[in-house]
Amino acid sequence: MNPSWTAIRSVTVLVYLFMFAPVAVVMLLSFNSSQFGSFPMEGLSFRWFVELWHNDAIIRAFKISLMLAAMTSVISTTLGVMASLAMVRYDFPGKHMVSTALVAPILIPEVVLAVALLLFLKFLGVPKSFPLLLAGHVIFTLPFVVLVVQARLVGIRREYEEAALSLGANSLQTFFTVTLPLMLPAVLAGMLFSFTISFDDITGTLFWKPGGVETVPTQIFSMLRNSISPEINALGTVMVVVTVALPLGGVAIARRLAARMRAR
Amino acid sequence: MAASEGTVADRRPWLLLTPALTAVTFLLVIPACFIVVYSFWLRTAAGAEQVGFYLDNWKDVLGDPFYRDILLQTLEIAAISTVVCALMGYVPAYFIAYANVRHKAVLLLLLMLPFWISYIIRTMSWINILGVSGAVNVALQWLGIIDEPIRMLYNQTTVILGLVHFLLPFMILNIYVSLDGIDRHLTDAAKSLGCTGWQAFREVTLPLSLPGLAAGCLLCFVLGAGTYITPMILGGPRDAMFANLVYEAIVTQLNWPLGSALSLVLLALLGGLVMVYTRYLGIDQIAKSFR
Repeated sequence: MNPSWTAIRSVTVLVYLFMFAPVAVVMLLSFNSSQFGSFPMEGLSFRWFVELWHNDAIIRAFKISLMLAAMTSVISTTLGVMASLAMVRYDFPGKHMVSTALVAPILIPEVVLAVALLLFLKFLGVPKSFPLLLAGHVIFTLPFVVLVVQARLVGIRREYEEAALSLGANSLQTFFTVTLPLMLPAVLAGMLFSFTISFDDITGTLFWKPGGVETVPTQIFSMLRNSISPEINALGTVMVVVTVALPLGGVAIARRLAARMRAR
Repeated sequence: MAASEGTVADRRPWLLLTPALTAVTFLLVIPACFIVVYSFWLRTAAGAEQVGFYLDNWKDVLGDPFYRDILLQTLEIAAISTVVCALMGYVPAYFIAYANVRHKAVLLLLLMLPFWISYIIRTMSWINILGVSGAVNVALQWLGIIDEPIRMLYNQTTVILGLVHFLLPFMILNIYVSLDGIDRHLTDAAKSLGCTGWQAFREVTLPLSLPGLAAGCLLCFVLGAGTYITPMILGGPRDAMFANLVYEAIVTQLNWPLGSALSLVLLALLGGLVMVYTRYLGIDQIAKSFR
């Protein structure tokens, strides 16, 4: 192995350390038994996780975040999959403009999106509320779903559907027995993606959330204002586990589905 | 019969698109137009909005040196973060692109993790590293190098550090996508024609990876310049960025007309940048990283 490749590898390792060490430290400190959320480590304990479990505000934030993320992912994926089907399967006039419109929500800064949506819906008489949060999360996650799902749909060959149609299935039957199963990995990817983005979002959420309602990220944000406590680290660990384990599990399931489909 | 089938086929994509386009229209396009109107209204001392055509907000936003200075500071912070990301990101991207299959799979999977880990946790994690009782201070004290903890947090440098940490995965991914698409025969050809490895990189690989680098830079700059969370967590009172002004005006002061004008400045600046970019390089480069 030549020396420059060794150097490249070392730099890569260092950069990856830079990306992961701080989060690893959060997770490590969340098991610290000391009463301050900082070094030195005095011993391993789960006391901060127990404390989290008994903290009503955090449990409430967790429930709201989960509900918001679940609803966002269902709505956003439904809209996104339909739009992606149109984009991948059909040619129509104005397609280029439509494609720009679909990704527009990530082309403009999230702060601006947040302000525009907040002020417009307030003007229409919708107060800061859960529906506003939901609307915001849907529009913000939609482009990601469209991009991810489109990328996967391109790989699905049309011949299967044509075969089903030529064998006498009607278009609805074809959709549910052929297209949908083939699309399942794409749909799953879209759902996971929008779920985690919604679950982690703070930039827009701080604008849209009504007073007194907190999601997990805004809860962490308001806790940070006091000082860093071991509880925040524990909450961080829980969030990392939720948002990392979920997609990893999803990817594994999607792989298995894809493999089974190929085996058929 | 054939004609009617034709029209059905033509309508189908639009039926599929209707829900998504309705959402974009009502939740994005109309609201964006609405804040343009709103920015010309006036907030009276009593706290009510006065409908009309007033230029006061715009005079403040465009004329007041306070806003101009923060705007310049925002651009500076975003630009420095972007350059640091490019410098730190190119080598790992290159390694991933040319590593063997097993390393590549692991590194790519790891690269996706930061996208799933909450931005606020990644940002606040630096308090555990650089804080008064953070890892660095504790280690230095334990080694006897310092007696009193050093105050390293809450300044412009830590804001940039936080942004780099947040943006780096976007940069690496975009450069990687570009490098991975380069035909390997090209560098072989260059070498067989007498190039050294370094020359082949400089003359062939580097130029061909520029679209990815440009896409990464655009993303990093736009995301960096539009944030207000990082300065709130890792910055001091003097490190506010432009989006902090928007947050302050809208959420704290409830001065919505002013907040509208401020957001439009941010939109014009960053949206303009995106438009120039897509005009010359196309949006496809960024979309590629989703595959």
